[in-house]
Amino acid sequence: MTGRVGESVRREDGPQKVRGDFPYSSDLKVEGMLWGATVRSPHPHARIVEIDAADALAMPGVHAVLTHRDVPGKKVYGLEIQDQPVLAIDVVRYWGEAVALVAADHPERARRAAQKVRVTYEVLEPLTDPEVALTDAAPRLHPDGNVTRHVKIRHGDQDARAEVVVSGEYEIGMQDQAPLGPESGLAIPDGAGGIDLHVATQWLHVDRGQLAACLALPPEKVRLTLAGVGGAFGAREDLSMQAHACMLALGTGRPVKMSYSRPESFVGHVHRHPGRLTYEHGATREGKLVYVKARVLLDGGAYASSSTAVIANACCFAVGPYECPSATVDGWVVYTNNPPCGAMRGFGSVQNCYAHEAQMDKLAAALGMDPVELRKRNAMQTGSHLITGQAVEGPAPVAELLDRIKKMPLPRSVGTLLDLTQMPGGVSNTTHGEGVVRGVGYAVGFKNVGYSEGFDDYSTARVRLSVVDGRPRVEVHTAAAEVGQGLATVQAQIAATELGVSDVVVLQADTQVGSAGSSSASRQTYITGGAVKAASEAVRERVLVMARSELGRSSAARLERDAVVSSRGEVIVTLATLLGDAMIEETREFRPQRTYHLHPETGQANAHLQYAFAAHRAVVDVDTELGLVKVVELATAQDVGKAINPQAVEGQLEGGAAQGLGLAVMEEIQVKDGVIRNASFTDYLLPTILDMPPVRMEILELGDPHSPYGLKGVGEPPTISSGPAIVAAIRAATGRPITRVPVRPHDIVDT
Amino acid sequence: MRIACTVNGRPRVAEDVWEGASLLAVLRENMDLPGSKNACEQGECGSCSVYLDGRLVCACLVLGGQAQGREVATVEGLASGDALHPVQEAFLEAGAVQCGFCTPGFVVATHDLLTRTPRPTTVEIREALAGNICRCTGYAKIIDAVHLAADRMAPR
Repeated sequence: MTGRVGESVRREDGPQKVRGDFPYSSDLKVEGMLWGATVRSPHPHARIVEIDAADALAMPGVHAVLTHRDVPGKKVYGLEIQDQPVLAIDVVRYWGEAVALVAADHPERARRAAQKVRVTYEVLEPLTDPEVALTDAAPRLHPDGNVTRHVKIRHGDQDARAEVVVSGEYEIGMQDQAPLGPESGLAIPDGAGGIDLHVATQWLHVDRGQLAACLALPPEKVRLTLAGVGGAFGAREDLSMQAHACMLALGTGRPVKMSYSRPESFVGHVHRHPGRLTYEHGATREGKLVYVKARVLLDGGAYASSSTAVIANACCFAVGPYECPSATVDGWVVYTNNPPCGAMRGFGSVQNCYAHEAQMDKLAAALGMDPVELRKRNAMQTGSHLITGQAVEGPAPVAELLDRIKKMPLPRSVGTLLDLTQMPGGVSNTTHGEGVVRGVGYAVGFKNVGYSEGFDDYSTARVRLSVVDGRPRVEVHTAAAEVGQGLATVQAQIAATELGVSDVVVLQADTQVGSAGSSSASRQTYITGGAVKAASEAVRERVLVMARSELGRSSAARLERDAVVSSRGEVIVTLATLLGDAMIEETREFRPQRTYHLHPETGQANAHLQYAFAAHRAVVDVDTELGLVKVVELATAQDVGKAINPQAVEGQLEGGAAQGLGLAVMEEIQVKDGVIRNASFTDYLLPTILDMPPVRMEILELGDPHSPYGLKGVGEPPTISSGPAIVAAIRAATGRPITRVPVRPHDIVDT
Repeated sequence: MRIACTVNGRPRVAEDVWEGASLLAVLRENMDLPGSKNACEQGECGSCSVYLDGRLVCACLVLGGQAQGREVATVEGLASGDALHPVQEAFLEAGAVQCGFCTPGFVVATHDLLTRTPRPTTVEIREALAGNICRCTGYAKIIDAVHLAADRMAPR
């Protein structure tokens, strides 16, 4: 029985997941399949002189070795700029870039054969400093130069001066999405030149489009089905093994499975852009912002991925959710020979939030003002304008969110309590409270929901009503990727609500129905939810017409409890009786209001669809002698518009905050001379259950006037301001400036 | 290599196992038991938690051959037919499952905790599950789920 919109509904895939029966992409298996493995570059920058596959091909059980010469169609792909080779052609531009492929009858044989593929490289100097990449002296890594995009925002008076000025420079480390499920999938040739790919991805249709081009196949010959997805967080927006598995399957005529190891996963997907952000804030003595000048430099690494959109976000929201009459923002994202960077939860708004929130605290200190009061004094509200000139429609409760977190009770001091798990350093027994100082910090952030800048962002839903075993059943079919966030359940709730039917089945997402767009940008509940709502409404309308015309029951008003009812709720006819053998099916595309490209010189435009806001308070205990941090509690308030599935919303707020905590104090891909030094879960530190504190939360449902049910995107805001609040709390505890994340012990203690 | 052991109470034999295969690989690739997950394959994330002779282990750190003649219990063995184990039921009800890739490991590790400590405190839960990584939930609902399962399995 499917619950309605607004109810906490259990996940429909939950029973399988707790039993271990849910088929993730890495679990797939079919008779006679081969295993694919990837030969990867050991250099961040090199020319490929020769690839010799003879030894690998001579190994027993090896069925194919493929290189760029075997790419049947377009040799490059990419989400926004087609610059990434399916397999490196003459140059490798990052450590771990795919150079060749092997298929063998056992995964270990495939791995060993990959080691036997001899690639001769002429090693080149890697370009690893994004500042250098910006200069004319730097080698051009791509034909159009090293600047992937320069975003300029010129808002208001460009010569504004202020009584109080603070400036700062901030550095953000490279974060990994680290979804637990590895990149994996199974490609099955259909024997007629086409291919079926079962894969964990965020957007089936954009994968298909890229695959069809690279495989030189018409799109209808490339059929994708969503396999179980073990988390995404942006890591599955770009292709990883998709084209490779399809090439091997088409080349060998056998099904081919590929599944990355964890070290390979670290080079198999893009990461959150590391950034250097330089800010100057000017304000009046009363604490009103006069201007913000910002320079944002993001390291995009070797290929563009979604960099052009990430830098747009980093610039559009550079000031934070504040009214600011004047802004001068220049943002660059550049190519280097570092690992490619692209989408991760928060998408550009995470990097700038660290900077603008540090600046607001600095400004508050310069003014002798309470940091929350300063934020409230400048808080965006309905009708406020972004620095892009766009007015914020709908609720923008920035001041209210701050009020709410400020009023929440603070956690007790640990004091002399000797529970080591509550201490910085934990059960390593590094302190019993000596040198431990508590700090409290606040931050607020926002970002766009949905794709921006004129992108044709839409989703498609097919909804079918029929009678099965004497009872009405609704089937919902979309291509929207359930990545763990609970989207399938939300779709079922919406159809159940609109059609008054309890038995709703969400079909497997695949490319047999139109595109749903990406499970990204906190957009799916809004946009695929909107499509399911629209298709359900169309089915409902046909049912009501049927009841009125076939039964002559003009009082038929709505659908409830598996029946057509009157406006007073009296059952007119059950759906089972009315429909009999008939089946009603409707397909709808849902397109929200359109957006526009940023003006290239001024950055002014109605570029975004919707904004989502959240605020966080962090309480930390810092061992000021050892530089160890214990995050004691996070508190958050977020406006979600309407909580479609409240329990799932809570899960997004808690889980998103954990990823924010990770970047603040633990997680960084350490890259030296273009080489990742910590490509494993032993060396890349993810928050465990001991690191993640309780999250106190208040969820506001203020209702967006334009969206289905008034909902707002939920997934990303928790990851934006949680980390900056933690860093603010560390600053409060230590009195140190802390301008870099993740915060390391030697940022807290002089060594 | 041939491996014979008891899995979830049933005698099982795996033929043609690569000598270097981990117990995790044997379960997943040779015995059709993919419930134990392959997320880090170096014992950091706990997604492959199973019992080996009643002790909780990361199956990725056990060589397949070490299971010869021994008893293995996996997440697939916890439910009784259609009836979920109370730990599984509690994870569902508490909202402790999102992408679910870590869930089998958490379920097995929680089962182990509640076998040893029927009424764990939150601190004991955190300590016991510190070897399991979840990237989706932020752990709050996992802690709720463990308390809920404990309440159901060992009422006060």
